[in-house]
Amino acid sequence: MQIQAPSRSVVSVENLHVRFAMRDATVSAVNGVSFELEAGKVLGILGESGSGKSVTLRALMRMLPPARTRVEGRIRIAGHEITAMDEDALRKVRGAKVAMIFQEPMTALDPVFTVGVQIAETIVRHEGISYAAAWRRALELLEMVQIPSAARRLKAYPHEMSGGMRQRAMIALALSCRPSVLLADEPTTALDVTVQIQIILLLRQLQQDLGMAVVFVTHDVGVAVEVADRIGVMYAGRLVELGSTEEVIERPAHPYTAALLTSTVLGSAFGRRLDTIPGMPPDLRALPEGCSFAPRCQFCQDACRVSMPPEHAMAPGHTTRCLRIAAREIELAGPTLSARNTYVGGGDRP
Amino acid sequence: MTGTRDIPLPTADACAPVPVSARSEVAGTGASGGRTAPLLHVDNLTKHFPLKGGLLNRTQALVQAVDGVSFNVLTGETLGIVGESGCGKSTTARLMMHLIRPDGGTIAFDGRKVGAIEHGLSHRDLHRQMQMVFQDSYSSLNPRLPVVMSIAFGPFVHGLGRSAALKRAMELLQAVGLDPLLFANRYPHELSGGQRQRVNIARALALSPRIVILDEAVSALDKSVEAQVLNLLVDLKAQLDLTYVFISHDLNVVRYISDRVMVMYLGKVVEIGPVDRLYRDPRHPYTRALLSAMPSMNPRRRTVEAPLSGDPPNPIRPPSGCRFRTRCPFAEQVCEAVAPLLLAPPGDALRAVACHMSVPKSGHSRAVAAVSA
Repeated sequence: MQIQAPSRSVVSVENLHVRFAMRDATVSAVNGVSFELEAGKVLGILGESGSGKSVTLRALMRMLPPARTRVEGRIRIAGHEITAMDEDALRKVRGAKVAMIFQEPMTALDPVFTVGVQIAETIVRHEGISYAAAWRRALELLEMVQIPSAARRLKAYPHEMSGGMRQRAMIALALSCRPSVLLADEPTTALDVTVQIQIILLLRQLQQDLGMAVVFVTHDVGVAVEVADRIGVMYAGRLVELGSTEEVIERPAHPYTAALLTSTVLGSAFGRRLDTIPGMPPDLRALPEGCSFAPRCQFCQDACRVSMPPEHAMAPGHTTRCLRIAAREIELAGPTLSARNTYVGGGDRP
Repeated sequence: MTGTRDIPLPTADACAPVPVSARSEVAGTGASGGRTAPLLHVDNLTKHFPLKGGLLNRTQALVQAVDGVSFNVLTGETLGIVGESGCGKSTTARLMMHLIRPDGGTIAFDGRKVGAIEHGLSHRDLHRQMQMVFQDSYSSLNPRLPVVMSIAFGPFVHGLGRSAALKRAMELLQAVGLDPLLFANRYPHELSGGQRQRVNIARALALSPRIVILDEAVSALDKSVEAQVLNLLVDLKAQLDLTYVFISHDLNVVRYISDRVMVMYLGKVVEIGPVDRLYRDPRHPYTRALLSAMPSMNPRRRTVEAPLSGDPPNPIRPPSGCRFRTRCPFAEQVCEAVAPLLLAPPGDALRAVACHMSVPKSGHSRAVAAVSA
């Protein structure tokens, strides 16, 4: 237990496994995820549905149903050993040190209390200051997330707000106790594009102003590129690639990352057949031996089906799990995302 | 796939087109000069949903979901419809299918007015010619029927014998890339999202329609599956001479699949035009904002400023004049007073824009100059 984590990382996850026990099978949702996150940095976790990205995020706050879930591995957040804590201690960490924002603010916020009450209550609970002082902080928070006429909005119920406004209110609530780590579970997925970009820019600005570490889960490559310093690509419960956003997008190392990027529809593809990934993601109740992407991978060899490839460093800070890439047997050439994407419209993009 | 179209279809010129009203010309598409005949002509379509409540459950307000929308769908094209939630794109689709009754306006299919008494087209015949695929692949299939039965149901109801209908359903499963021997007798819950959406496409094609409306049909799918289904849609369109109306909020997907694109905002059409020109040179400030709000996909050139602030206004009390003026950086007095008409901008007959800035002498200080003939 005395492994000295790099001093600056506020989130450290080692060999995380999450399994759900069902009546007739065990679902292996997360299968050995490890990463470190420094203060003030944004890690984007990119993956398709069922890849285990949201489960990983929830495991970080121990929000999975305890009766059916088996969590193994080690999670350290802001100096707290999350996996070893009791419920009381955990309650003090949640909200104060780690906070989370969700895809659906309508279900994440309490419909029977006003936004102001929900924020003030949280501050009083964690910091023990007076309600009046907490209410003033709530007002500052709503102003910080750029909600117009904030004083009036404090007294509004969630259903009285628009989608974008609710999402801002939820961000204000999450930031109410100045957490050092923010976990974001697809917070812009339910929003329209013009509102989505506003929320992305707001989160980016707040993250920099407050020096927070953010883990941002998304299925949208474009959103990940906009927010993340580093991107982790998940497939069948494993991080198959982890590296800086530029590295992962411009020089994808894992065949799955490369395939995901080329099958993302971009406007410039007009008239061309889209590249697809054949087959479907594996059944998490019975994962294949070896690399889980092997059944769909065009570069697959016998060795790939034997055991899960170990992490291989492509460059400093850029790792991937692929035997053939590690052995330098294949090169993933072809146009990268940035090269394929010719910006469309407007002309006023900087 | 040849031979699956077993229901004979009238050719485009078999029915004499009814005279279209002058309004259709402003849509810019009618003015293009007979390049292709419009297969579907939508004129001044309007739907205001009543909001009931209070004492005696009286109508308190009207949600102006679709307000005077006119456009043409040309034979063999894919018309993309984009817009944010609440802009009326799905309501437009449902009105076109007559799943909900319009408050005003007409729809003419191949020159025959839907529901008209004289030389009209019955709703039953309309549904034979026009079918729809919905976003939620699970709720649009009967959970208690094997998928082959869901597909065969339409032809069966429309008079095909039971065994012929089943045979046709099997052919359709093959056509959408699902092995009939493996999939015919499965129930919807036994299929993945992508497979279910393929079944929905097969069901939509079962009556050999000429138009398929795809309402966010690929939006719920993962990217790798989305690409597979889009490839399938492109193949089917070529094989069966289909016409698509493709509704989506994903601007990249719409650009990929469409020939022309229509942009909607708060129940109105703000711009319509050929896909390349519209994406390369958007004329309406809303179209421009929508396109530059797309994530950049380039980590070295991230977006630094949001093109619009705030959310779209409530369609219950839309702003007077131009509905976009409350979020438009160029709004002036004329925008508040006069609602702009959907007109072809000078020198671009294929396009139509509803903005005072695109109309010479409209009273807007940035109005374009007229093109001299």
